[in-house]
Amino acid sequence: MTRINSFIFKSFLIVFLTFTYISCGGESNSDKQTVDKSNTSGLPDWEFKNGFGPIKKKLYLMPIDKPMAGEGLKIFESKCAACHKLDERYVGPAQRNVLQRVTPEFFMNMVLNPEENVEKHPHSKEMLAQYMQKMTNQNINLEDARKLLEYFRLLDSELPKK
Amino acid sequence: MYRKYLNMFSIAVAIIATVVIIHNGCQQSKDLVSGDVAEKVYVKPGTYDDFYLFTSGGFSGQVGVYGLPSGRLFRVIPVFSQDPEKAWGYSEESKPMFMTSYGFVPWDDAHHPKLSQTDGIADGRWLFINGNNTPRIARVDLATFRTAEIIEIPNSGGNHGSPFLTENTEYVVASTRFSVPIPNKDVPLNSYKENFKGTISFIKVAKEGAMNVEFQILVPGFNYDLAHGGKGPSHGWAFFTSYNTEQANTLLEVNASQNDKDFIAAVNWKKAEEYVKQGKYKTFSANYFRNYFDEKKHMAFSEKKSDVKILIPSECPGLIYYLPTPKSPHGVDVDPTGEYIAAGGKLAAIIPVHSFSKMMKAIENKEFDGDVDGIPILKYESVMAGEVINPGLGPLHTEFDDAGYGYTSSFISSEIVKWKIGTWEVVDRIPTYYSIGHLCIPGGDTKKPWGKYVIALNKITKDRYLPTGPELTQSAQLFDISGEKMKLLLDFPTIGEPHYAQAIPSDIVMKNSRKIFPIEENANPYSIKAEKDARVVRNGNVVHVYMSTIRTHFAPDNIEGIRVGDEVYFHVTNLEQDWDIPHGFAVKGANNSELLIMPGSTETLKWLPAQEGVYPFYCTDFCSALHQEMQGYIRVSPKGSNVELAWHTGK
Repeated sequence: MTRINSFIFKSFLIVFLTFTYISCGGESNSDKQTVDKSNTSGLPDWEFKNGFGPIKKKLYLMPIDKPMAGEGLKIFESKCAACHKLDERYVGPAQRNVLQRVTPEFFMNMVLNPEENVEKHPHSKEMLAQYMQKMTNQNINLEDARKLLEYFRLLDSELPKK
Repeated sequence: MYRKYLNMFSIAVAIIATVVIIHNGCQQSKDLVSGDVAEKVYVKPGTYDDFYLFTSGGFSGQVGVYGLPSGRLFRVIPVFSQDPEKAWGYSEESKPMFMTSYGFVPWDDAHHPKLSQTDGIADGRWLFINGNNTPRIARVDLATFRTAEIIEIPNSGGNHGSPFLTENTEYVVASTRFSVPIPNKDVPLNSYKENFKGTISFIKVAKEGAMNVEFQILVPGFNYDLAHGGKGPSHGWAFFTSYNTEQANTLLEVNASQNDKDFIAAVNWKKAEEYVKQGKYKTFSANYFRNYFDEKKHMAFSEKKSDVKILIPSECPGLIYYLPTPKSPHGVDVDPTGEYIAAGGKLAAIIPVHSFSKMMKAIENKEFDGDVDGIPILKYESVMAGEVINPGLGPLHTEFDDAGYGYTSSFISSEIVKWKIGTWEVVDRIPTYYSIGHLCIPGGDTKKPWGKYVIALNKITKDRYLPTGPELTQSAQLFDISGEKMKLLLDFPTIGEPHYAQAIPSDIVMKNSRKIFPIEENANPYSIKAEKDARVVRNGNVVHVYMSTIRTHFAPDNIEGIRVGDEVYFHVTNLEQDWDIPHGFAVKGANNSELLIMPGSTETLKWLPAQEGVYPFYCTDFCSALHQEMQGYIRVSPKGSNVELAWHTGK
């Protein structure tokens, strides 16, 4: 019992720290050289925050492009929805609030390069331990991953603000 | 007493040791395997072989894909035989591949794999292979390692002499082994000489691969055996061996071995093209099929053909010449320069080698020795370049290296004989175990051999492997030919009979290998592109289940409202877009097979539930940690039941 409790507590702590970190980092990301003390992962700060993959720089995001988000929805339905629902756990976690959990850059890297993230990134490893299913590479190209991001930015913008 | 036992014991030990030493000594001298051999065939775990080897499965009807030098088997490509593992010939999509003018033919005898060529060099696009029994030629796509097309050859009694190529894969050629009445009809068998004819077929290969029987040549009623296209200077010609010029129709082992010489037919196919263009052909009605697999629709289609153009040699001067060749020649092999044409006179004591340039001169000077049905016979001395003396007993086939040597397989004496082009002298010979038929040097029948290895394709293994009852494995043997002397490196067992094989450097093929089929390009009329489109549709007693799979569930995975007597089609689309993640689909009591669905493709299994009850279905290809959870149920109710059609996943 104690052991399980301690595990849950630790997991919670990690997730909590990650979220805290991301929400803080979102605002003041200008200085990449800053050593982040919450990063005890051994990973470089960028990867710790944004995952491994082709997105290696902060994205400059314009106001939400609705037609693009519409295309993202179609991609979601064809390539993702077999495993992800918006509001309930399915094969993988519910996705409506994904951008409250990870950065846009992490989101795209995870979509584009799940294998490496599942292997190396503590957050993805944690998810794997929880869902027991490696996220699938759905052979999504950069452009389509960006459209998916737009769809989730739209969903995010519709969420009640805390 | 004690000493006596000790003595006996010492003697026994000595005897055993001697026997072991002698035995091992014999074994070694028998195989001539030296110390560094293991290193030469060892491919470190996780690393790739240097060559792909494509072996025919012989009477298995399939193709084996091996690596060289390791001899590891990677895949069996189903071609002419149904394969329940891959649902080949069982899925609704693949059934049309087996259509022939005799209906659905689920097996054939596959003999000669042949890699497509560009400018006389193996290019790794396709592999052709013949079906002997019900005459057909298949084209395997080497991006997908799947059979892409099968065409039936009309007016053929048995398609042994195929599929050989012209230097840019303009044509695949074929010749009939058994002469038959053409068109086929009911005649007394002893009217052979009067009624039986042979055909030589030229099958045009379009840029994207599609095959068409462009024209056939009606030839005298001999048995036609093997062929090769010319190359370089002899490009534009193709060569075909024949035997049974005696025209026997019974006990051929005696009656077809009477004549001193049979013929190699040299066909000028550029000339044939001109005759066809000029309209000098007869149109014969013929009934045959072309079946092809549409990669976008993920399904095969059958096309019925009803006629074929036929050229008659006596009406087309210059189309064919006969090269007299000793004693029932088997193989006919053209050297890398395109000048020399080596025949395997299987009952001859020599290997005759013809010269293309001498042949052209002899044609020009009309150095003829009579004719058969208007086909001029050239004088042997006028076309012969040389004879390899003492090549072993029963020489069959020759392949070439890139250093000016020919390597001939001798069946009866079970050996490979190496000889020098030009001097015709035998320079080396090595035993094979046992009864070698064809042999293969990577690129060894093209302009560019990669002369590192020769592979013996053996019919009999007798004592070479652990016994497995009355039937033993057949085998391939790998020899190093990089030095002066051939060296045995490795024996490995093969699927079916490894009748012939071709090999090609790995990098030419592997760079084209497909990983997935993009789901958005899937044009199968029964595909679904998203899980939300999964559904069940009833139309009378026909039920279509539009199902999706992804790690690790089916949608739908609960289906009710199916009735006894229904005809159920499971159209399963694999939504995965990841390499090496096929899903399987099997339903209890299915009378056909499983499905094995590649990422992004759709396959259909027909199922006829005969009894009411609950039927589980599940994924058969271990796909992930939750593979064992990848399952579903179908409820089958009695005929006329009013259980409503319903389906879902996860509710």
